[in-house]
Order: sequence, then C-alpha cells, then structure tokens
Amino acid sequence: MREKTETVLWIAQRASAAVLALCVAAHLATIIYAVQGGLSAAEILGRTRGNGAWLLFYATFVVAVAIHAPIGLRTVLGEWLGWRGPSRDLALAAFAAVLLWMGMRAVLAVFR
Amino acid sequence: MQEFEVPRHPSQTVLDVVTYIQRHLDPTLAYRFACRVGMCGSCAMTVNGVPRWTCRTHVDKVIRNDRMEISPLKNLPVIRDLVTDMREFFDKWHRAEGEFSGAKSRRDEFEKVVPQSENRKMADAGIECIGCGVCYAACDVVAWNPDYLGPAALNRAWTLVKDVRDEKTLERLRAVAGDAGCHSCHTHMSCTERCPKHISPTAGIAGLKREVAKLVLQGKF
Repeated sequence: MREKTETVLWIAQRASAAVLALCVAAHLATIIYAVQGGLSAAEILGRTRGNGAWLLFYATFVVAVAIHAPIGLRTVLGEWLGWRGPSRDLALAAFAAVLLWMGMRAVLAVFR
Repeated sequence: MQEFEVPRHPSQTVLDVVTYIQRHLDPTLAYRFACRVGMCGSCAMTVNGVPRWTCRTHVDKVIRNDRMEISPLKNLPVIRDLVTDMREFFDKWHRAEGEFSGAKSRRDEFEKVVPQSENRKMADAGIECIGCGVCYAACDVVAWNPDYLGPAALNRAWTLVKDVRDEKTLERLRAVAGDAGCHSCHTHMSCTERCPKHISPTAGIAGLKREVAKLVLQGKF
C-alpha cells in the first residue's frame, strides 16, 4: 500500500511538472507581451474580470502548484531533515491547502 | 588521516601504492583486494574524493601536486582503515528481490531468449555488474536516505525484470517501488558517471519507475 502511495505521488509530481512547464511558459510569455506598452491596474482588471479562459488557465496553474510543491518539499524534508512518517504528510497536506487557498484567492480576486 | 611517502614508478596503480605502504611503511594497514585486474571488484576505495577501483586506476591519472588522498568507500560502515563492511550493500540486493526465480526445471526445454529482442538488449546493458560498490558510494541519495536500495541493487532488479525467464516481476517491482526504491532516485547520474563497467544504473532505475507507474495506472499494484 505504501509503495502504491509513493508511486501515485511520484506520478502526480511528474504530471503536475508537465502542466507547470506549459503554464509557466505561457505565463512568462504573456507578461512580457502584455507589459510592452506599459500596463495599469485598471487595464489588467479590464482583461481578467469575467474572462473564463483566463480563470481556467490560472486555476489550473494554482492546482498544479499545490500538487507539485508539497510533494517536492516532502522529499527535501525527508532527505535533509530526516522528517518522515504521518506528521510530515499531515504538515504537507496543510501546506498544499494553504497554497491552494492563497492561489485561488488571488485568482478569484482579479476575476470577480 | 596518515601521511606516507611512496616512490613513483611507471604504470603504477593506486593499489600498488596501498600495497607498498602496507609492505614497507605500515604493516598494520588493512585493505581489501583479490584479482588486481578489474575482475573481482574488491579493491574499490575513495581516491581524491572519487570512488574507484584502485587496481585499474593509474597514479598518473589522479595525482595532484604529487599528493593523493585515499580513503574507504563512502556510504558504508568502515571496519578498519580502508576496509568497509559490505553487508548492508548486499542485503539490499536481497531486499530488491535480486535473486533469479525461474519456473522451469532442468527437465524442461531451454527457454529461447532472442539476443536481439528489446527486453534482452535492456537486460544485457546491465548484467556485467560485479558488485564493487562504487556506484553505491557515489550515490547522494544513499547518503541522504539510508534505506534507499541504491543503484547496484536496483540495476540488478531491472536486469531480472527484463529477463523473460524470470517469474517474480510483480513481487520485484513491489519491492523496488517507493521511498526506499526507484522513486527516490534524483537522476544525478553519479552512479553512471563512476561505474567502472560503464553500466548506467540510472537508465535501469528510470525503467523501473516506468514499469511500476504502468502497473499502478493499470490498477495491478
């Protein structure tokens, strides 16, 4: 059972990394393109508010981060601090929840 | 750390240096060797921070400013001087289900193994391992996670997974999955870089990751 969980986490991290590779590239390219002529807060909100495609893209981005980062951190904590077992997994589940909450809060703040 | 002055000779190996020290300078020096020609894998030590077979390492290739630092292999308990305890290293081969397990007896026909088949080619790429422990000493993950099976044991498991005669694939993949197994490998490739037999345990470990992932996705795990 433990082996299965570890393998599922491994697959989840690889899959989320693949999603992030696309998201980060699109994110950076959009920033560079969008700010070329200067950009005000009002202009940004004008583009993001009510934009369903934008919401879907950044919601995907946030979910991928919330999956990817805690799994990576789990390995770092195990290897560098020797912290393993249920307490580590519980702490990282909380970390994932915080990432998801903060990320979605930011996304919704500029969508609504 | 002890310092010794050893005379240089043409084609002198690091093992020659260690042997000279034991025979002429410090008879208490403990070290391990057998064949002296790169077949047995027992003389591996750390030379200037790098794990190597001392019998196949020329002093000319590794000496810096006429100095050389020789220490026991890393990631293994030291028994004395340059001799390490290899028990844990080989116990991990066992934990990785490293024994061949065939279904046929000597009364059955020989299994036909096609040398050009993809499975056989992948197994052949890893079967020349002689268990010297160089990859294990070079591996960062072994240093960070003492339960990690290590490159040699995982390479052994991979060659058996790719052996069409072997019957224990599922048990073996279960044994090598998880935190102590293939999924802990960070693909640093130190094992591949250092293997004196030019085997790539990293490639085998990547293969194990794929095979295990396939089983999990198919719900067979």
